[in-house]
Amino acid sequence: MSEVSQLIEALSVEEVDAIEAEITHLPNRESAAIEAMRIVQEKRGWISDESLRAIARLLGMSTEALDSIATFYNLIFRKPVGRHVLMLCDSVSCYVMGCDKVRTAVCDQLGVEMGETTPDGRFTLLPIVCLGACDRAPVMTIDEELITHLSADSIPDILSGFD
Amino acid sequence: MVTLSTKPLTERVEAVGGVVDMAAYENAGGYEAARQAITKSEPEAVQGLVKDADLRGRGGAGFPTGVKWGFVPKGDAAGPGHKYLVCNADEMEPGTFKDRYLMEMDPHLLIEGMLIAAFAIGADKAYIFLRGEYHESFKQLYSALADASEKGYVGQNVFGSDFSVDLVIHRSGGRYICGEETALLNALEGKRGQPRTKPPFPPASGAWGRPTIVNNVETLCNVPGILKNGVDWFRDLGIGNDSGTKLYGVSGRVKRPGLWELPIGTTIREIIEEHAGGMQDGYKLRGILPGGASTDFLTIEHLDLPMDYGSIQAAGSRMGTGTMILMDDSICPVAISINLQHFFAQESCGFCTPCREGLPWLEQLLIDIEEGRGQPGDLELLDGNAAFIGAPGNTFCLHATGAMEPLLSALRCFREDFEAHIESGGCPYRERGH
Ligand SMILES: Cc1cc2nc3c(=O)[nH]c(=O)nc-3n(C[C@H](O)[C@H](O)[C@H](O)COP(=O)(O)O)c2cc1C
Ligand code: SF4
Ligand code: FES
Repeated sequence: MSEVSQLIEALSVEEVDAIEAEITHLPNRESAAIEAMRIVQEKRGWISDESLRAIARLLGMSTEALDSIATFYNLIFRKPVGRHVLMLCDSVSCYVMGCDKVRTAVCDQLGVEMGETTPDGRFTLLPIVCLGACDRAPVMTIDEELITHLSADSIPDILSGFD
Repeated sequence: MVTLSTKPLTERVEAVGGVVDMAAYENAGGYEAARQAITKSEPEAVQGLVKDADLRGRGGAGFPTGVKWGFVPKGDAAGPGHKYLVCNADEMEPGTFKDRYLMEMDPHLLIEGMLIAAFAIGADKAYIFLRGEYHESFKQLYSALADASEKGYVGQNVFGSDFSVDLVIHRSGGRYICGEETALLNALEGKRGQPRTKPPFPPASGAWGRPTIVNNVETLCNVPGILKNGVDWFRDLGIGNDSGTKLYGVSGRVKRPGLWELPIGTTIREIIEEHAGGMQDGYKLRGILPGGASTDFLTIEHLDLPMDYGSIQAAGSRMGTGTMILMDDSICPVAISINLQHFFAQESCGFCTPCREGLPWLEQLLIDIEEGRGQPGDLELLDGNAAFIGAPGNTFCLHATGAMEPLLSALRCFREDFEAHIESGGCPYRERGH
């Protein structure tokens, strides 16, 4: 297989186009590293070794250099995640407002710990730092939705809205 | 007589009762300040106004904005290539929720502020470095930016003038340290978000080695008002020595947590008691982190202090982001210190040893004390190491210094609680059922 067709194999045409569009705003190709990984992750949920190699080649950098960037950032996932990513804020205002009890309720309800994915692949649970909604604490996001004023009692209802 | 605004940052949101779109923003006189400046004024005159208004950075450090803009080399001195304006919208300081409000509710205000700032420093490229988790802010900014581009307010020949500026949103991969301006520049360049050596400072050598100004969202949102209503108006908005209004926030066990635009210099008491409605029944106020997690604790002794740069600094803390976190009497000072140090340890970029190794070590010592394994002498060990790690210059950037501010002050303000843990071999708060 030629290099180009290998690339197309690992990245879709839309992904390559979106990454190229980002590069036009930047002085060089490597500068799009984080945006490129975000674009691919948006489509695939995570960055596999295969995706990583393809993005690195597209940007003209080594896979190792790209991986050192990938592993620096909280929001770039180098492992597969569930259908929904639940990020529960554990920073200070949410702590004061009782996020520990919410965490226990979430973990009990789903039967997994923070950092794990449910066996049915429905949820991945992750801790996150302050989500900038401290006046509505405790808070979490599920995928792109911000959910505020959490309590242990409200958890079963909220989770049942995501399958 | 015309009555001038007292709430330049939030008045449109209040009038509209929701998100201010292009039509509402222009109806309220929006984009006029940028149009006048860009088509009729000169960059140096605009810089002069912002300097005379004494606008200070709202991102935490309080550096005078006009003075910073003045550091950007002009004309041939800048050499060939781009100049950059970067809006720091990476809001991640625990307890802080002010920039999110501005971007979600009045996105054109930020765009107008950035247009004026870019014109004033001669930047032809502008980036909004946005926190990746701020999905709603992204949607609002993205659509506002599309509307502004369509009208010819952003891009080539802004307002038909010969000034052009590209404005692009970069969504962060997420790390607290990327809010530090030099780490932010590395992240913007697509690299690991590690801080850079200073000097050179960004106005001389920033993004891709070119002159760059980094300003906070709230700072930039103050710029259109200064041009529209004048320097004297802005200076008179503040109560004490500082100029303008401030978005103050309160979180914790108060009756009405929230965010209010008030004259800068409003007292802590007024913010907590009048605006936030005071403490919830059954809870007493014990500690105040006045401007985010990386500021020193204040106590109820300090309630009558004005929330301005000088007064809070004189009391041994910092106004920081101006959004305060309240610790009530049900919260164990050792446990909240573990929470804070866990954050800073986790968010250390790992580049230098005292921060990378020291912060987790301190967190573990605090956990030992909380769980009843504290030893006589542990508090002195904490004092000494926190002072060493926190001293500016002992670490590469101010992350570790910020981390030690709430710890050193907790050790001072709530000493008896720390001692009680060691003496009784456990956490008195847990025993009381909290
Ligand atoms: C560890 C650390 C984190 C920071 N995070 C932010 C941030 O999230 N937002 C921000 O505006 N400034 C942040 N700052 C301050 C910036 O370095 C910089 O001073 C600021 O963006 C300048 O803008 P201003 O002058 O308009 O305040 C941080 C500083 C440090 C040391
Ligand atoms: S002080 Fe911490 S965050 Fe700053 S450079 Fe050193 S390790 Fe990185
Ligand atoms: S501390 Fe949880 S949203 Fe700010």
